[in-house]
Order: sequence, then structure tokens, then C-alpha cells
Amino acid sequence: MAAWNEAEANDILRRHEGREGPLLPILHDVQEAFGCVPAEAVPFIAHALNLSRAEVHGVVSFYHDFRHAPAGRHVLKLCRAEACQSMNAESVAESVLDHFGLDWGGTTPDGRLTVEATYCLGLCACAPSAMLDGEPMARLTSACVEEIAREVGR
Amino acid sequence: MRIFVPRDAAARAVGADKVAAAIADAARQQGVAVDIVRTGSRGLFWLEPMVEVATPEGRVAFGPVAPRDVASLMTGRFDPSHPLCLGRPEEIAFLKRQTRLTFARCGIVDPLSLDDYRAHGGWRGLERARSLGPAKTLEEVTKSGLRGRGGAGFPTGIKWKTVADAAADRKYIVCNADEGDSGTYADRMLLEGDPFGLIEGMAIAGLAVGASKGYVYIRSEYPDAVRIMRRAVELSPVDGFEIEVRVGAGAYVCGEETALLESLEGKRGQVRAKPPLPAHKGLFGRPTVINNLISLATVPSILADGAEQYAAFGMGRSRGTMPIQLAGNIRHGGLFETAFGVTLGELVDDIGGGTQSGRPARAVQVGGPLGAYFPRALFDTPFDYEAFAAKDGLIGHGGIVVFDDTVDMAHQARFALEFCAIESCGKCTPCRIGSTRGVETMDKIMRGERPAANLALIADLCQTMKFGSLCALGGFTPYPVMSAIQHFPEDFTRPLRAAAE
Ligand SMILES: Cc1cc2nc3c(=O)[nH]c(=O)nc-3n(C[C@H](O)[C@H](O)[C@H](O)COP(=O)(O)O)c2cc1C
Ligand code: SF4
Ligand code: FES
Ligand code: FES
Repeated sequence: MAAWNEAEANDILRRHEGREGPLLPILHDVQEAFGCVPAEAVPFIAHALNLSRAEVHGVVSFYHDFRHAPAGRHVLKLCRAEACQSMNAESVAESVLDHFGLDWGGTTPDGRLTVEATYCLGLCACAPSAMLDGEPMARLTSACVEEIAREVGR
Repeated sequence: MRIFVPRDAAARAVGADKVAAAIADAARQQGVAVDIVRTGSRGLFWLEPMVEVATPEGRVAFGPVAPRDVASLMTGRFDPSHPLCLGRPEEIAFLKRQTRLTFARCGIVDPLSLDDYRAHGGWRGLERARSLGPAKTLEEVTKSGLRGRGGAGFPTGIKWKTVADAAADRKYIVCNADEGDSGTYADRMLLEGDPFGLIEGMAIAGLAVGASKGYVYIRSEYPDAVRIMRRAVELSPVDGFEIEVRVGAGAYVCGEETALLESLEGKRGQVRAKPPLPAHKGLFGRPTVINNLISLATVPSILADGAEQYAAFGMGRSRGTMPIQLAGNIRHGGLFETAFGVTLGELVDDIGGGTQSGRPARAVQVGGPLGAYFPRALFDTPFDYEAFAAKDGLIGHGGIVVFDDTVDMAHQARFALEFCAIESCGKCTPCRIGSTRGVETMDKIMRGERPAANLALIADLCQTMKFGSLCALGGFTPYPVMSAIQHFPEDFTRPLRAAAE
């Protein structure tokens, strides 16, 4: 993951030139490149798109996906929505959080893993479900903690 | 040997990639030539990963297949005497009882093969629309009785007519693939299993209303779907209609049509006041058709086989078929496309096989987080827009989430309010503040503090939310809350329960 730099940010902006309503695609690419939407990105994008800083900040802060600081090296999203609740997602989540000593949204001190809540991954017939670094996992049980720990190397 | 292994995200989540890799390995070791085709899912998720093999008599299915089963399957060359053999997939009761119109190809074809698409009836709808012309195409959609599958059930033909009649330099077709409702996955399955079907539907919509640009707005929780849809757009042979895939950013409210348009324009996903309707002033101020993915993907089959044929299915004012999604604590979870009219009890007990835990099914939430909880006493309700409304519920996007008797309905009511608080766009006070007050009040009820007075407060708050909210997030959150209180009052009188424990 690169540190914030204007050259790379400019590349991103150029890729979206001529697009209608380009702000969300730009923010997604910025987060992909830098691991978050850094504070410096806000005035930079605002200037390029002829928007106010407040407008860009308003958009970044509205959406749950955009981060102010990079997440851990691995991101585990655990589904907390109803279909997963009906299959004991909360007790699986508790085992995971306990194992890594985390709260929702927290990152392990070594920066290895961030655990976040999500509300439905569309895997509701195989509940409870999760997504580890974008890869779907389902029919989780408390025993899956071991597998997750192996995957993230702890 | 031609072997079909799903690449659907839910199948992958339970090991489909490992199974595909194991098959490839075994084939190499045994020196057998295999052609592994990655399809969408048939939607029989308790059998996933479900592997199919081509035989002269048609396909034969095996499932659920674990990587350790692959050795014996391969050694026996997928012999039907293998314990995992399910026989012909079309003969499995769960599939056999369905009427697959929208999902006719899903799980069968390679989603990115144009040859497969055409061989399985693709493009027939668009070709007929082209020969009919815009006015007659629109008439077909109207006559079919198709209503929006995103939740509100608004007649699709009328929406299209409004856009067709609007004069403008540009018009847009927007596909709502935000699918945020828990218990729903039909949009995802179709994006991953038959993306050309959506492209064809959007092109027909464009032809009918005079639009040449379309957007597909897919939630960010669906990375596989985004990847496959983007590739399908690149491969699309459709001339004169351009499609762009956009990705959401984790906001449930962006499934609301005007919030979605704001988001596409690069703004905060806040709900717009109506009027103006999107059909008059939608994306970038232009007349816009915004439809749920399933509404759009159903249009090709309507055009291909005629409005009458589609309208012949269903009951009352709910015509055609609905892809119902069975989810949660259910034995046979999966996608069940069927004509409207099947009862909730048939869906849960018979087709779904009851709960997965084996305990009694106690509550069923229909239609996502804004849908009501139904008790067994209402299991005779037929799946139909009006019948569910008459029972103070909704069918929404067709998701059914089953809970067994360990569920605490006070907890579920509290969650509905909490979800509203998390996802509120912040525009109206009853939704933004009311939901948070509701959570606090539910906490008191769950602690046993003055339950009667606090329940009255919740009822009052729900009235305010219902009538004082701009959109259905604030306006419908009362459905799960009040239905839980009405049908399961015993869960809201904690002191009695605490004393008994
Ligand atoms: C909070 C909220 C969330 C919604 N989410 C979705 C969604 O994810 N997908 C969808 O198609 N419609 C959703 N809708 C309904 C849309 O506003 C709209 O009715 C629909 O896109 C119209 O398409 P249709 O007529 O084809 O159903 C939502 C509505 C609300 C109020
Ligand atoms: S009801 Fe809630 S989500 Fe809907 S417009 Fe009002 S504040 Fe926004
Ligand atoms: S509710 Fe968890 S995946 Fe849908
Ligand atoms: S995640 Fe549970 S066994 Fe793989």
C-alpha cells in the first residue's frame, strides 16, 4: 500500500476524466491505492472536481466503507444481520472477537487483523457468514476461529 | 468429461473453489481430460458445493461435495451409485416444483459465455422488442402485469411509460443492485450466474423509453458480482446501449431509489423529496427508469414468450413469478422461483423443510429488515403483495428469514430500531432521532423497567416514524417492531420471565 502522494492521486483522477458523477469511483480507487482516504486527499479531490472541501468531506464521512486510516493487513467482516442472527452469528462473533482480544471495528496491536461488522453479504442461505479480505466464508461455527487465525497467521 | 462447478459467492464460501481445484488435480494424476465449467448456482444452497457432470442423458448432480470426496468421485468417473449422487438436478423436488423464468439459465450456463447465452434462449427478447418497436414493447411489459421486485411493487410498465413520454436530450436506465435486505440474494445470484440476462433487460428498457445509457449500481459487499458484471459488460455485443457498473460504499439507504441517484451523482446518499419523480427528473436531472435488478432481468423472458404467458402465472394483482429466497435457520435454504400464491407455511415447512436446528420455527421475517415478523398463526398467508399488506406485512424483495424457538423477539425488535439508527440518512427527525430513542426504550423494556408504559412509548414512537418519515427506512421500521410486539407479547414482559428463570 502506497503512502499518500499526489502523482498517484493524479493518475487516479485522470482515469476518471469525463466520467459523469465521478466522486465515488475516485474515492474507491484512492482507498484501494492508499488503504484509506487520507486527510490530504479531501482538498486535493475537491480542487480537481471543483467542489468544496465540505462537500467532499461530507461524502467521505457519509459512507461506511471509507476509512480515515488504513485497516489492519487483513480485514474480517462478520455479518450481523437477521439471517445470520438466526444461526447464532452473535456467538460466533463473540468467539472471534475474544480470540483476538478485539471490539467491533478494532485492529490487533500488531496490525495483523481488523474485525468489522457488516449487514448482509448475500450468503444468507449459508449463515452465519463472513468475508475475509474480500473472500466469502459461510456456515461458520465457533470452531472456525482456528481457521481464521491460520489464515491471518496467528 | 465436462464438469460443472459453481462460482457463485455462496458456493465459494462453502468450498467450491477447493473442490474445483481438487477435480483438476485428480484429473491430472489420473490422466483424464476434464473440462471444468464454472457456472452460477442453481440455488440449492444446502447442497452446495453441488457439482454436475454431463452425460448423454443430461446432467447428473452430486452434492454437497467436499474436497475429500473428489478422489472417490473421480475414480468412479462420477458414477451414479456414489453416495453423494443426487440424480438429474431437474428432478430434485426443490427444483422440479419451481417455475424458472427469470432464473431459467442461472446455474446452468457459463455466465460469461455468449455461446451459452444464445444457446439457452438469450437475446430472443431483445430481438422481438426490436421488431415490435418501442410502443409495442412497452405495451407488452404493461400487459404482463410485472410489478417492481425491489419492494414497492409499482407496475413496471407505467413507470416506463412515464419516462417514454418525457421529452429530454438524454434519458437513463438505472439498475438497482444494492440488495441490502438481509435474507435476500437473488440479485447477487443473477449477477454472478446470468449477467447477460440483465444486460438484455436493460437494453430492452432503453429501447422502450429512448435511453442509450444505463448504470448498474452494485453494493460493495458483492465483489464477485462486480467482477463478473464488469466482464460481461466488456463482452456485451449489444449495439447502441452503453452500460457502466458502479459500486456502492456500504450504505443501506442507497438502495432507496433517490438516494441511489444521489450516490451515482457523487453525493451523500440522502433521500430526495418526491416530486419530482425520478421518471421526470432523475439522474443528473434527466428522466430515469430506476428498477430493481430482478424487474429488469425478467423483461427478456416476457418479451421472448409474450406478456400473456407471463401474466398467466400468479394470483390477483401479483402476476408472474417471484424468486423467493429462503434463508436463516432453514433446512433447505435457497432460491425458489414460483408463481405468486404459494403460502408462507408451504414455503417454510414443506419446501424449506423446517428449521435447520430441528427445533420448531417460531418467527419468520419476510421482506428484509423493514418487513414484519410472522408467527405460525399467519402461515396461511399467500405470497402476494396485497395479502401480505393485509396482514400488516410486506413481501419486499422476496426474502424469508426463519427463526426457531430460541429467538428473543424483544431482541429482534431492538435490532430493527438499531439498524434504522445505523443506516438512517439523517434527513428526517423521526427516523434519525426516533430510532435511537427506540433502542434506549427497548433496552429499558428488556431490563424489565416499566414495560407497559415503555411499550406504549414504543407504539407512539412507531406512529410518529410511520407518518413522519420521508422514506421507508424510517417509515417501515415500525413493521418489524410492532409485529414482534403484537404477535410475541410474551417476549416483552421480562420481569415475569426473569422471575421464572
Ligand atoms: C431504505 C430503502 C432501501 C431500499 N433498498 C432497495 C434495494 O436494495 N434494491 C431495490 O431494488 N430497491 C430498494 N428499495 C426500493 C427502491 O426505492 C425502489 O422502489 C426500487 O428500486 C424501484 O424498482 P422496482 O420498481 O423495480 O422495484 C429500497 C427502498 C428503501 C426505502
Ligand atoms: S426516513 Fe430516515 S432514511 Fe428515509 S429520508 Fe428520512 S432520515 Fe433518511
Ligand atoms: S444476513 Fe448475513 S449474509 Fe445475509
Ligand atoms: S470457515 Fe469454518 S471451516 Fe472454514
